[in-house]
Amino acid sequence: MSISVASGPFAHDRSSVDRIMLQVCLALLPATLFGLYLFGWPAINLWLLTCASALATEALCLHWLGQPRQRLLDGSALLTGWLLALTLPPWAPWWVAVGGAAFAIGIGKQLYGGIGQNIFNPAMLARVALLIAFPLQLTTWPLPQPLGSPGAPGFVEGLAITFAGAPLADGMSGATALGGLKTELTLGHSVEAILAGNFALLPALLGSTPGSLGETSELLLLLGGLWLLARRIIHWEIPLSMLLGVALLAAVAHQINPERYPGGLYHLASGGLLLGALFIATDPVTSPVSRSGRLLFGAGCGVLVYVIRTWGSFPEAVAFAVLFMNALSPLIDRYCRPRAYGRTARGKPLAIGRQTSPVKES
Amino acid sequence: MFNLARIRGGIHPAAHKDRSSALTIGRVPLPPRLYLPLRQHAGAEAMPLVKVGEHVLKGQLIASSPSELSAPIHAPSSGRILEIGPILAPHPSGLTVNGMVLECDGEERWIELEVPANPFDESPLVLAERVARAGIVGMGGAIFPAAVKLKQGTRHEIKTVVVNGSECEPYLTCDDRIMRERAEAIVDGARLIQHILRAYRVVIGIEDNKPEALAAMRAASEPYGAIEVEAVPALYPMGSAKQLIQAVTGREVPAEARSTSVGALVHNVGTVYAIQQALRYGRPLISRVVTVAGSCVVNPRNLETLIGTPAQALFDACGGFTRQPAGVLLGGPMMGVALPSLQAPVIKGATGLLALAPHELRNDQASPCIRCAGCVDACPMGLLPLEMAARARVDDLDGAHDYGLRDCILCGCCSYVCPSHIPLVQYFQYAMGRQDERRGAERKTEQVKRLTEARAARLAEEEAAKAAAKAAKAAARAKPAAAPTSEVE
Amino acid sequence: MWMATLALAAMGLLLGGGLGVAARKFAVTDDNPLLKEIEGLMPGSQCGQCGFPGCAGAAAALAEGQAAVTCCPPGGVALAEKLAALLGVTLDAGQMSAPQLARIDAAQCTGCTRCYRACPTDAIVGASGQIHVVLADACTGCGKCQDACPEDCVSLAAQAPTLDSWRWAKPQAA
Repeated sequence: MSISVASGPFAHDRSSVDRIMLQVCLALLPATLFGLYLFGWPAINLWLLTCASALATEALCLHWLGQPRQRLLDGSALLTGWLLALTLPPWAPWWVAVGGAAFAIGIGKQLYGGIGQNIFNPAMLARVALLIAFPLQLTTWPLPQPLGSPGAPGFVEGLAITFAGAPLADGMSGATALGGLKTELTLGHSVEAILAGNFALLPALLGSTPGSLGETSELLLLLGGLWLLARRIIHWEIPLSMLLGVALLAAVAHQINPERYPGGLYHLASGGLLLGALFIATDPVTSPVSRSGRLLFGAGCGVLVYVIRTWGSFPEAVAFAVLFMNALSPLIDRYCRPRAYGRTARGKPLAIGRQTSPVKES
Repeated sequence: MFNLARIRGGIHPAAHKDRSSALTIGRVPLPPRLYLPLRQHAGAEAMPLVKVGEHVLKGQLIASSPSELSAPIHAPSSGRILEIGPILAPHPSGLTVNGMVLECDGEERWIELEVPANPFDESPLVLAERVARAGIVGMGGAIFPAAVKLKQGTRHEIKTVVVNGSECEPYLTCDDRIMRERAEAIVDGARLIQHILRAYRVVIGIEDNKPEALAAMRAASEPYGAIEVEAVPALYPMGSAKQLIQAVTGREVPAEARSTSVGALVHNVGTVYAIQQALRYGRPLISRVVTVAGSCVVNPRNLETLIGTPAQALFDACGGFTRQPAGVLLGGPMMGVALPSLQAPVIKGATGLLALAPHELRNDQASPCIRCAGCVDACPMGLLPLEMAARARVDDLDGAHDYGLRDCILCGCCSYVCPSHIPLVQYFQYAMGRQDERRGAERKTEQVKRLTEARAARLAEEEAAKAAAKAAKAAARAKPAAAPTSEVE
Repeated sequence: MWMATLALAAMGLLLGGGLGVAARKFAVTDDNPLLKEIEGLMPGSQCGQCGFPGCAGAAAALAEGQAAVTCCPPGGVALAEKLAALLGVTLDAGQMSAPQLARIDAAQCTGCTRCYRACPTDAIVGASGQIHVVLADACTGCGKCQDACPEDCVSLAAQAPTLDSWRWAKPQAA
């Protein structure tokens, strides 16, 4: 017999890490392709460059750490680069892509010990690092210029924008809905007035608003996320509690002061919230492993997103909220454990002796 | 997503039961030699009663149980005892165990059986003793001496006896076939067990992927109101005692306690059949039904096999191999063990023999854990396998214990779903083994301390006795006139 | 600016030097509680396999860090783990040798009783003129019987693996 003394079980459901990563990428594909279509060649360059840099950094790190080369093919580096690309401004220059990806993989993932060992979501870590280091490049949002439309940059122009840092012409960039809201609120305008000029629900859901690639079509993202839920790749607790957290807080605040606080639907449809709830906060490595833990984690993310968006100084909050909750994940895991069979929620054995009566020996 | 089974977690592995469940139970031709390990049960090794060269009859008692937690062994066929000594164990280590080799004379002459009177007239303890003397152990694989369980009726109130007809492991269909072909005997056995345990109700739990077995058992139990037949959802590990009790009675067995604390006891259908045969006909346990399956077997089917038959004989009886198997397992693919050779014998707890091709076995390349929590979702005991394994890996046994190692039933659901192919169950077995070692070593250290102290005390006592004797001698010499006859030197 | 630098440097030197002197002068060398704890863990059979004068000697050496936690074969892995936890050292369990058991060759034994008098745990049964036998459960493999035997019929060997003592190996790490 050629079996070594390995123990059972000898059956397996044929799942694997690369299959999981591939399915997440597939779920992201519709929204990504739509975003690439909306923002044209520079966006395509950025996305390809980020993914390629992520893979290259991973290959380099695996080589330096002496780890098996086929880990490159498990899809995790590709996914990290892809998610990072989705959160960057679509016309960002090449060094943002390369530097961000290198930071995400090299420092956010490999430095912590490689796959499965990182505490923080690598893509979000890189995004926040870029945001703080290069605020100008990370807040220049181009208006959608669909491929083939008159104003859109051609292939060569796209290369110039990405690699040669050609400045954006006037009128080509604009504020995102969230960014615009924050600025206008400081100017003392009321929420209704701002939203009337700045935000319309349908375009926001369908995606023709300025923003990162991942902020565009909420509808396509939702479809991708629902597919992942059906395939049991992600658990429902985090998206539900995160979105509910934001929506409830927004609704309550809107009830209290509609002039100052926009409603729940606005928040759900703006920014990277849906991308964050479905694809980023659900990253298995950095989120808790039990159901109650995930509910707590998602709720925490939701609350933080709302708080930072409303009262913080950054218009976009998902990255910060997720990183903060990532830091709390080990603590959540320690205290939120599933109830074991035969034990109470605290871990003590269930009480015996109340279910049967003693028998007298005959 | 919605688990109607009332048990947590679990998996749905591909069943692979169609081919072997379609055929009736066949027979294995009498092999030339039978290899009988002296321990085919949980507990102490049986002690041989016969000598090498002695002739024995079929069903004769050849090894007795030295304590209550043990089981006797009977000759599965008539013949001559060839050897008493180490034989190959059906264990992945390839080590030997003490056993007896019986050379069959081909005549299959039965010993005269004591056919008991109506067992329903006897007292439970007498019947339990008879079951013990028949050498009956748990046939589902746990091989726990059945009599010990049956005596629990005098100590605990048994509300429900669950007859385990789930058979949740893939490939195995032996219980399915005996329920279809021997339904009346099983129902009779269930009634006997109810009588022995003085239980209120008996529920025969059968997974819903066995409609014929359900029909047969329902028909057989119809005349008896106390015997219920219940279909349970087909899910692995529904056949685990704790999970079956939860599914049938809705109650959980408290951790670190036995199922009698919720008034329930579980017996495998094979055990129930064996008990019925012993109590009605006086037959000891000398054969069992074994499923022979796997894609490398020409004709997968169930076979009535004498205990001690080498695995090769069963595969031959099924037409041999289509090709060389990549692995031969004893039991099912989830909790079964790899056999070291085809000469390993069938024992009382052998539910199946599987000859598997490479595509039916897991690929062994493990990669790091991605904390996907698939194992947490699948675990029927509600534990955290990823944390237990991570701690077992760095030998943090107390940490693994803290995350639930002692509650683990080693079902393998976690390993089955792990996308990184981490051998989780082996980590748990390793950690449990280290704990056993530790406990054994601690006991030994305690014992060594006690023995050393006892020795010191003994020496001191001897010294004191010597000194006392010397003093007495000196005293006697000092007063020689005083009552010399009363002094004993 | 220079004055500030000089002042701070002087303060640093003074305070650092003061701490160093205090560390030497007021160092606490009495680690008796630890010693007592270690002594309590030792098996107490005074077999001498560790190379120290009895269990107390080994305990003293362990407390000072002069002995490895794996020095006591009768204590086995269990003792080594406990000592490692107590002393805060990492345990390399691979260094432990398997526990040895003594065996008396019945053919050679003359029944001189020297071995059972030497055994610290009374693990040998026998009487004058009768063949002696080692009780495996009580034997710690210390080897005193082997030294005492004039006929050289005592051998020490590691216990052969049986199905009872067999354990699953740790899977190879990813």
